[in-house]
Amino acid sequence: MRVALFLTCVNDTLYPETGKAVVKLLARLGVEVGFPMGQTCCGQAHYNTGYRHEAEPLARRFAEVFGEYEAVVTPSGSCAAMVRELYPRMGERARAEGRGDSLARTVAPVVPRTYELTEFLVDVLGVIDVGAWYPHTVTYHPTCHGLRSLGLGERPRRLLEAVRGLDLVELPGAQECCGFGGTFAVKNAAVSAAMGADKVRNAESTGAEVLCAADNSCLMHIGGTMTRLKAGMRPVHLAEILASTEEDPAR
Amino acid sequence: MSGTFVGMPAFPEAARTAVDDPTLRGNLRHATHTIRAKRASAVAELADWAELREAGRRIKDHTLRHLDRFLEQLEASVTAAGGTVHWAEDAEEANRIVAALVKETGESEVVKVKSMATQEIGLNEALQAEGIRAYETDLAELIVQLGKDRPSHILVPAIHRNRGEIRDIFTHEMAAWGRPAPEDLTDTPADLAEAARLHLREKFLRAKVGISGANFMVAETGTLVVVESEGNGRMCLTLPQTLISVVGIEKIVPTWRDLEVFLQTLPRSSTAERMNPYTSMWTGTSDEDGPRAFHLVLLDNGRTDTLADQIGRQALRCIRCSACLNVCPVYERAGGHAYGSVYPGPIGAILTPQLRGTASEIDASLPYASSLCGACYEVCPVAIDIPEVLVHLRERIVQGGPAVRHGNKVVLRPARGHAAERAAMRAAAWAFGHPGALRTGQRLAARSRRLHPRTLPGPGRAWSATRDLPAMPAEPFRDWWQRTHGGKDAK
Repeated sequence: MRVALFLTCVNDTLYPETGKAVVKLLARLGVEVGFPMGQTCCGQAHYNTGYRHEAEPLARRFAEVFGEYEAVVTPSGSCAAMVRELYPRMGERARAEGRGDSLARTVAPVVPRTYELTEFLVDVLGVIDVGAWYPHTVTYHPTCHGLRSLGLGERPRRLLEAVRGLDLVELPGAQECCGFGGTFAVKNAAVSAAMGADKVRNAESTGAEVLCAADNSCLMHIGGTMTRLKAGMRPVHLAEILASTEEDPAR
Repeated sequence: MSGTFVGMPAFPEAARTAVDDPTLRGNLRHATHTIRAKRASAVAELADWAELREAGRRIKDHTLRHLDRFLEQLEASVTAAGGTVHWAEDAEEANRIVAALVKETGESEVVKVKSMATQEIGLNEALQAEGIRAYETDLAELIVQLGKDRPSHILVPAIHRNRGEIRDIFTHEMAAWGRPAPEDLTDTPADLAEAARLHLREKFLRAKVGISGANFMVAETGTLVVVESEGNGRMCLTLPQTLISVVGIEKIVPTWRDLEVFLQTLPRSSTAERMNPYTSMWTGTSDEDGPRAFHLVLLDNGRTDTLADQIGRQALRCIRCSACLNVCPVYERAGGHAYGSVYPGPIGAILTPQLRGTASEIDASLPYASSLCGACYEVCPVAIDIPEVLVHLRERIVQGGPAVRHGNKVVLRPARGHAAERAAMRAAAWAFGHPGALRTGQRLAARSRRLHPRTLPGPGRAWSATRDLPAMPAEPFRDWWQRTHGGKDAK
């Protein structure tokens, strides 16, 4: 199976360790991933801020760059939701606006082949125990688009529970948004910050060392709030925990 | 309602004030979390919730598609049952009709059932200008009216008040409106309810005119339906000689069978009850009992414009349950007043800019009052995809485009104040279309990382005022990949 890593623009630029972790994790599971260098951004920030037309060429680029792969794996719930939920909607809108079928037809093949990391692991590879070792107390925050758009359900928790040495503790108010929301974080900074602070206080109340999520955009907001509030814990992407082994442990 | 929303600041500014108010934050947190949990268990009791939700969506969509036909059917049914139907294109016309109807009776006071439509049009203020006093009889509306306050929630308009504040309002304000509060009034719920009951009783017994809205109007029989918890509505609907109902045109359902769906989903979604305590239904007038005259004022006020929008029209499915408010993390922290409308929360953020347009600063800021977390869509009993409409309205604001205003097709111009953002979005889209340029930018950022400031200037300050910036890595992933995998899969 030809599998591509769609790392996302945020991870490529700011969180390369998450990308390395996905490559390492999948290699350990016998999957060689490719990283097509033509990949850039799915267009989510554009679309969600009202710039649908600017997002369209990015959707076309995505379909073109990843078209030849049988599966596209991404360590971001919100970018996976952008492709799976919103690319078809963009195609329909273009059609309704009398701009033809071109966009809808271009994105159609790649949409069902795009998987968020935990979906790929659990549904496509059929693994729960990925052979990871991570001797830390962890609490898990289900990010909104993974939870409500993709319906990831128990997949991330089941993967975490199978990690040796990991002590998983419940996060109070886990399903509440952390307050990132893309441009919402700056357009409504006061509310966004208040939501972030509440999320961090809930995380701190668990006594965990690590807050885990499967989306670095949310973790950038939560982590930035944690250091500002001097919380005694750190944000870690799920992929880095799943890639961690005794021989090559993650922090 | 003495306060009005005119001249409100944009949402972010109003929300900031609310976020900094610890009493308000506490009141809202307690109230929304309590009702949130109760709703979840009330909904979980029904094995066929998903089917009910889908049925509700379909009934509303079908009705809206044939709204013209059902409205005419309703008019005929109401008229045949002895009622009189009036059509109001906007708030001003509706207020004028109601004021004239009250004056015809020779009365100068009315009792009111809790009604969103009459708040939307500012009826109380309009009646006051005509020398008519309107008494709110719903407990929470009474608190808002006595406190010269504004409603902050669809179902619980005084949700921002705690028991102590309510006791103070009753103690100080009741006397000016009628029977005063007992001198030794405590802040226990039973005492507060009893004070309100005594205060309202004399108004119910005296009133000759009642004014209501309606939750539903059944087209086939001309029956109106009000669901409520306190019984004040039943009093206002049965005791006065004249009843005037102001109802939005989207509140119609074709048949009694359709009611079956909503009478299950509405109480569970709004008050987390299996069934609301009072469901009043009336069809025209009867010589034996109840009001001798019944007037129905059908209100448009932007609804036909909203119906013309293929994506935005789903907002008209709303049955005003307020489940989306209770679950919304933004509403919980910003409070209802920040939305600058009688419709706060997620549904308000998509309804207000469609009913009123996006010309004012507050209305243009509402579609951004959301992190798009999707909790509102998940709980909505008629499956309104609120995030989808929010994004659609954001597009209308930043890019302009076709819309219908006051029945006319117009092409809206992009709103002011988005020029820098538009330029940034276009520049980013260009860079993302040119991986080489993107890579150059990434490398520049990585290599200059020791020079990066801890806090950002300009709009970036909105981030760095409360959150640290992520540390820039030494190299972007794609450079690592090229080094270690030799550009395999290079394209």
